[in-house]
Amino acid sequence: MALDKSEVEKIAHLARLHVSDSEAEGVTTRIKDILALIDQMQSVDTESVEPLAHPLDVVQRLRIDEVTEENQRESLQKLAPASEDGLYLVPKVLE
Amino acid sequence: MEWETVIGLEVHVSLSTKSKLFSGSSTEFGAAPNTQANIFDCALPGTLPVFNEGALRMAVRFGVAIGAEIGKRSVFDRKNYFYPDLPKGYQVTQLDFPTVGKGALTVTLSDGSEKVIGVTRAHIEENAGKSLHEEFHGMSGIDLNRAGEPLLEIVSEPEITSAEEAVAYLKKLHTIIRYLDISDAIMAQGSMRCDVNVSIRPVGDTELGTRTEIKNINSFRFVEKAIISEVQRQQEILEDGGRIIQETRRYNADKDETTSMRSKEVANDYRYFPEPDLLPVVIDDEYIAAVKAQLPELPDARRSRFAEEYALSEYDAGVLVSSRELAEYYEIVASQSGDAKLAANWVSQDLLGLLNKNNWELADSPIQAERLAMLITRIKDNTISGKIAKTVFETMLEDESDVDTIIENKGLKQVTDSGEIEKFVDEVISNNPDQVQQYKDGKQQVIGFLVGQCMQLSKGKANPAQVNELLREKMQ
Repeated sequence: MALDKSEVEKIAHLARLHVSDSEAEGVTTRIKDILALIDQMQSVDTESVEPLAHPLDVVQRLRIDEVTEENQRESLQKLAPASEDGLYLVPKVLE
Repeated sequence: MEWETVIGLEVHVSLSTKSKLFSGSSTEFGAAPNTQANIFDCALPGTLPVFNEGALRMAVRFGVAIGAEIGKRSVFDRKNYFYPDLPKGYQVTQLDFPTVGKGALTVTLSDGSEKVIGVTRAHIEENAGKSLHEEFHGMSGIDLNRAGEPLLEIVSEPEITSAEEAVAYLKKLHTIIRYLDISDAIMAQGSMRCDVNVSIRPVGDTELGTRTEIKNINSFRFVEKAIISEVQRQQEILEDGGRIIQETRRYNADKDETTSMRSKEVANDYRYFPEPDLLPVVIDDEYIAAVKAQLPELPDARRSRFAEEYALSEYDAGVLVSSRELAEYYEIVASQSGDAKLAANWVSQDLLGLLNKNNWELADSPIQAERLAMLITRIKDNTISGKIAKTVFETMLEDESDVDTIIENKGLKQVTDSGEIEKFVDEVISNNPDQVQQYKDGKQQVIGFLVGQCMQLSKGKANPAQVNELLREKMQ
């Protein structure tokens, strides 16, 4: 599968990763290798195989609907770079 | 050119579980910021989700209520995007294997016709937190209390063809959800939110036109107005030879128009993949049967029962079952007063009129079902007339005493004593010789005027049937 630099840039942007020009070539090659592997898997006939969501044959355990957590705001906000009035502060984001 | 409208609705309902979807944090409304956000909700590394059975049961409850296929094996997926109120950097949702599959709702339209509208699916997902953009020295404040609260997203088939149908569908959904007690579903408070997909196409075309999505509309009325204005906008563009851009729009109620919300230069690409931190959720027939066995009587069934049991019209019964609380209120009034028809009139006209006038919920009403039942009982046993009852009803709004006390204190008791009624009748006959003569000359309808005079004289307290009878007797 062909993959050009602009696509790599787009993928990096979606993942909020900075890929410098000097890294771009190496990253592109590595993604191409992964895509080649996927192409190989795609060529296998899976017509009669059920889609698999998880490799283990186990199911999700369910939790009873009850409140088990206490307020830990104080200790958690000590980890944050900035907080005020109980809110975590982040660089301004507006749509 | 003739156009037809195609609408699909995506409704998010906040499920009223005690704890969050994947953590044991409380979901109680109105707590101080971030006091209900634990290490998992804040997405600290190493924390893992544990799925809440309560949310699963509520989703299945909704599914069986609308006759939907229930996914016996549902799978969670990650929907990836970056926003500060989504600390993990992805929302956990269900893409390919939702808990609720195809179902349908039947809505009644204003012309009395019924229409079945398909529900494509309903999937469980987690809510995001809240961003506050003001007063933080150029920064945004983040409250994660809401992050991770369970949502059910209900997706309709694109089978809705008008604003009216869209509102009827939403109201029906709202009623069912409230009957099921799985959410408050209050649009104004955000516990029910609606995104509308709208497109138009020339009548007869089979292919869908390009659609726009109007996000986060917060009332039934605005849904209706937003659709009408968006359809108008699309029609004008297409008739001018333009084309519709697929985009997200916002409805501005002040200007009654939709405006573009997001430019699509970078199309959303959520890069969904199965959530590796959660295993498939498997439920069996027994689980589904148990949920089904606990379903309450649903609005359609209750409407039919009311129509039959209380001999009401389908329309009246429909009004009374429009909310679970109202239906329960009505049943108390009907059974305690022993007059279902009169109870239906008082509840659907006087009580609902009162609520609408004051913009009250039923719970705000100063007149509880038991008091209204007593008022009707007093009409039935001739203690008061229907007209005086309206006065008592008004008084009951400010006066919390029981009905009998109000009637007694205000001296509103109906006069049934024939001696007293005779006095009123005699006085009216002697004061209105012309009308009496007209009656005697065969103009029967004058009796109405004379009865009215007697009622006025008695300040509404005379029993009108007795007055009528005595008048006729005396004028023979």
